[in-house]
Amino acid sequence: MPAIAETLDDALSAITDGITLAVPRESAGVAMAATRALIRRGIRGLHLVALPTSSLQADLMIGAGCVAALETSAVSLGEFGPAPRFTAAMLAGSLCLKDATCPALHAGFQAAEKGVPFMPLRGLIGSDLLRHRPEWKVIDNPLGEEGTSDPIVLLPAIRPDVALFHAPLADRDGNVWIGRQRELVTMAHAANKTIVTVEALHDGILLDDPLFAAGTLPGFYVEAVAVVPNGAWPLPLPDRYPWDGAHLKDYAKLAASDEGFQQYLDQYVYERATA
Amino acid sequence: MTTTLSDIRDEELLASVIADRIGGVRHVAVGNASPIPATAALLARERGGGRPYVSLLGSPRHTFFTDGGRELFDCAGQGRIDAFFLSGGEIDGEANINLVGIGDHDQPRVRFPGSFGSAYLYYVVPNVILFRTEHSRRTLVPKVSFISAPGASDDSVHRSGGPSALITNRCVFSFDRAQRRFRLESVHPGHSADEIAEHTGFEYDCPADVPTTPLPSAETLRLMRECVAPELAQVYPQFAARIFGLKA
Repeated sequence: MPAIAETLDDALSAITDGITLAVPRESAGVAMAATRALIRRGIRGLHLVALPTSSLQADLMIGAGCVAALETSAVSLGEFGPAPRFTAAMLAGSLCLKDATCPALHAGFQAAEKGVPFMPLRGLIGSDLLRHRPEWKVIDNPLGEEGTSDPIVLLPAIRPDVALFHAPLADRDGNVWIGRQRELVTMAHAANKTIVTVEALHDGILLDDPLFAAGTLPGFYVEAVAVVPNGAWPLPLPDRYPWDGAHLKDYAKLAASDEGFQQYLDQYVYERATA
Repeated sequence: MTTTLSDIRDEELLASVIADRIGGVRHVAVGNASPIPATAALLARERGGGRPYVSLLGSPRHTFFTDGGRELFDCAGQGRIDAFFLSGGEIDGEANINLVGIGDHDQPRVRFPGSFGSAYLYYVVPNVILFRTEHSRRTLVPKVSFISAPGASDDSVHRSGGPSALITNRCVFSFDRAQRRFRLESVHPGHSADEIAEHTGFEYDCPADVPTTPLPSAETLRLMRECVAPELAQVYPQFAARIFGLKA
């Protein structure tokens, strides 16, 4: 049974240099307080996999030098513009990027949760994405009509070492209520370990209440939980709180230059711990 | 009452053109940060008395999905999404779209955010409408530097969907999938066929007389301003304030 960690850093201890770390899209619950803690710790060489896109989280970690490789369908700050540190790293040729498309990432995680080596997916044939991903294989549909050709792409299972996200509630047994953000369940099933930060502890057991149980990730899959109120800030937590738009606007402006980005790290990542 | 150009905004004209191309289908989905296609989809729903279903991605209140991010793609794979919208940092004359970048893939000269769901949805959604409000030789190019998703595929490739049209701030192109070629359908009021030729980097078919894009009717404008705008303001408050004068 996962323990409710005493501190955020305790909960994050399984996230070590060089591992493959899976993180969700912005609208599903991103563990931003945990991300800042990892940057403060000086984590390096992460293989980051976004299910299926990322925004501030990937940009911040790339800028802070934590990321060796990134697999994603896109990195963008959405209506706050392009992701400046991601873009700068790409133009400098310093980031190993595995460009994907959203359903290919969903399929890879689904293969892992089923314990099968791959998942087939339509589309992709004729896209240059496929040309850049030698591990994505095209086969002829073995169940197709005799004498006809039906090429289809196979996506290898994605088995992250750790999945990390932020959710509204957990209980003392480490069950985590994710509501309708079902991809978080897929992500946890696929990963070897799952670490979750939550807004609050729930009184009682989530699995005892059928209304909660249907939207609950059982503690069986969870390695560690830390209670971190406002833990997705400045990103939104679905159905709980929206973006901090003013902050994200400031970030987009500061992160446009190396000096501005350092200033952002000093102010919001490093100094916050000593304040 | 007839409407005149001075009564309507460019965004209203574009939304009206797009709504006409959505037609009476069952389900239209709209990606993030797409207020004009969202306006068009909600307009199509007003006209249809509650159909099509409209999924505005990124808005929990305007999507019915309860099975995570994959549900949209699973829906599309089964043919449960009839219309969708895509764009591109570059779009070429064969309707190939580039959402990745320009130059070497590992160290590009220009990098865009990424392909999102395009390399799948472009193949399986029957009516994909391309939408780009910057109509220039920079965006509409002879050949894209990276194909995020191709406009057409060989016959052996399973493809139940693809592009039907490209709508820009200047004109409407239709796309012929068999010929793999755009045709200029109409130019928006105040624009000309010569201007389209000057600002388009790819070749396309052009009729001798190019019609002018029809203005939205008074009823369409009323629906957009009275019924669609308040709904839209829940998802795109700033856009609804700017275009329809609703308080954000």
